[in-house]
Amino acid sequence: MSRETVLDAIRRGLRRGPLPADQRAMLQSRLDAHPRHLIPARSRLDRPGQVALFLRNLEKEFATFSRVADAAAVPAAIAEYLAQQNLPSDIAIAPHPELQALPWAERPMLRLREGRAKASDAVSVQHAFAAIAETGTLMLPSAPERPTTLNLLPDTAIAVLRASRLVGALEEAWTLLRDELGGMPRNVMLVTGPSRSADIEQTLELGAHGPRRLHVVLIDDTP
Amino acid sequence: MHVATSPEFKQNAKRAIADPQLQKALARSGPSFIARRAAAVAALPEFEALREIGKQIKNHTLAHLDFYLETYAAKVEAAGGHVHWCADAAEARAVVLDICQKAGARTVTKGKSMISEEIAINDHLEKHGIQPVETDLGEYIIQLRHELPSHIIAPAFHLNREEWEEQFRKSHTDLPADRVFHERRDILTEARAKLRERFLAADVGITGANFLIAETGSSVIVTNEGNGDLTQTLPRVHIALASIEKMVPTLDDAAALLRLLARSATGQDMSVYTTFSTGARRPGDLDGPEEYHVVLLDNGRSAMLGTEFQDMLRCIRCAACMNHCPVYGAVGGHAYGWVYPGPMGSVLTPSLIGVEQSGHLPNASTFCGKCESVCPMKIPLPGMMRHWRERAFERHLMPTAQRSNLALWGFVARRPGLYRLATRAAALTLGLMGRKRGRFARLPFAGGWTAGRDLPAPEGDTFFARYARAQRQGTLGKGNQA
Repeated sequence: MSRETVLDAIRRGLRRGPLPADQRAMLQSRLDAHPRHLIPARSRLDRPGQVALFLRNLEKEFATFSRVADAAAVPAAIAEYLAQQNLPSDIAIAPHPELQALPWAERPMLRLREGRAKASDAVSVQHAFAAIAETGTLMLPSAPERPTTLNLLPDTAIAVLRASRLVGALEEAWTLLRDELGGMPRNVMLVTGPSRSADIEQTLELGAHGPRRLHVVLIDDTP
Repeated sequence: MHVATSPEFKQNAKRAIADPQLQKALARSGPSFIARRAAAVAALPEFEALREIGKQIKNHTLAHLDFYLETYAAKVEAAGGHVHWCADAAEARAVVLDICQKAGARTVTKGKSMISEEIAINDHLEKHGIQPVETDLGEYIIQLRHELPSHIIAPAFHLNREEWEEQFRKSHTDLPADRVFHERRDILTEARAKLRERFLAADVGITGANFLIAETGSSVIVTNEGNGDLTQTLPRVHIALASIEKMVPTLDDAAALLRLLARSATGQDMSVYTTFSTGARRPGDLDGPEEYHVVLLDNGRSAMLGTEFQDMLRCIRCAACMNHCPVYGAVGGHAYGWVYPGPMGSVLTPSLIGVEQSGHLPNASTFCGKCESVCPMKIPLPGMMRHWRERAFERHLMPTAQRSNLALWGFVARRPGLYRLATRAAALTLGLMGRKRGRFARLPFAGGWTAGRDLPAPEGDTFFARYARAQRQGTLGKGNQA
């Protein structure tokens, strides 16, 4: 192993030995404090302003959305979206308690299968941990109740997001994550719109390897 | 390692300029990158302030790189991952092969990674019976064509649609040969279907890393296609290839740099998938890799610390410098002859493979300064290219004629009397010789210059003489009256 070789070479370049304890402690306190840098003014808005900015950014990034007044309306919104897009009603869904609590029985046409995504799944429903207004981004940390493959394999990815989980900037989403999850999950995906590529003649085409469609169902749970 | 053709930059460039397909691709793609970046930057008033912040974050990290790497490695290990410290490319290749062999891997999917090109891992795996499959759309066709990427974020920058179609017909022989590609989307759809099978069958997934986070022990990838995520999520083993300067201290530091990266690269506010990976699958997880490895590569970078090239280690690989470079725009990426093209390549390549192997790269510049002005990390690229020129001169790496001419010029330029005499004689002679046409299409000893353009004939006087006359006549600064 070249660990010491690499570290020695770095210290030689920096013209010093290993850092003394007091300097290490100072650097460790910077890590612990993880100070924020400049946060752009564009997301410094009141709640309705942030919601509007988020939805504007979603559309700019080729995602779509439906807004519902409460959680009970989510199954209907999903059924309606799938019908509009002429998509199958078989859904791979995250085994998340908030999603399990929704009144799916009212929509017997939707056939749900809980778990990770399979290659053959056409539609997924994921639980959004948080979202970022500044860029129209969903934060999707992995967990047993939030499998990563749901974000990737199906052609159509649907995310259910409560408006109260919307923050202005990425830094604020990190704060939610640190406070609520305690440590870093295995995988944290920040998703901004559906998959795309511009590798052919630098011209944008949607639907590269990930979902061709990204649809957000936003629950207006804030005043 | 890929054999560098950088010493043949001049011949490479000549060939590139004479290649109509390449010129077509360059003319189409260059301006679109510039316009998209400009629009994204204009839409964020804080962009300039963020550049300075980004520079400070990286400078701080580099000054304490040993501390942050050690902290990072401890965090990775605490999350059940493995860190493999590698001093050079050979060591990194051996580590990757060993992990793949222990996993019993037959096929390996790959996300886009410049480090993987730098260590030429594909050839090494193939040699040992393991099939690497590039999954980034651009990298995929490059692999089919057995080429190197010509751009660090748009590997197939040099290809036109016809070349995509031709290659797909040649490579995907199980599909009807007479199929029609009505639009670009059809090419994309075919690649998607082909690669989907590969994603599902792969035993190991190899990605690069845009950042490593000391606070959490995470590796970060930034993509638009989702191929990197499929690569690191589906196989049983995930290997992240990262060089030591990818380090940043915290998630909040990464947040600041992410505001610079996508805007500078593709003109997006944020790329589609920015993903933080930390260790292996956790108890209860329904997906994700069971093993997580980071190959932490030095390969010449530590030797840049404490030198005039340290600032280069701030680079976040956005490609803004090459997108705005008139030289890159004229010759494309392959002419540079190794892994990293454009201004960042002209600085980095000599550091990584030696100035002897990089030939003319530090001269592949008009010194217009555009690269430095768009660099999100404010890296003084032209200044560093000048440093490399000086080093090449000191080490007698220039052709003899060029050296002796420079020495002669230096001798004359340091003696003002002689300099004026010589320039007066030259201006007078050339003025007389070129009086008729006003220009020279050919001149002895200046063929390199006149091959591409005419030299306007002097009017018989030197600047000094005119200036002195104007001063005497009191007409200085009153237009062109002298």
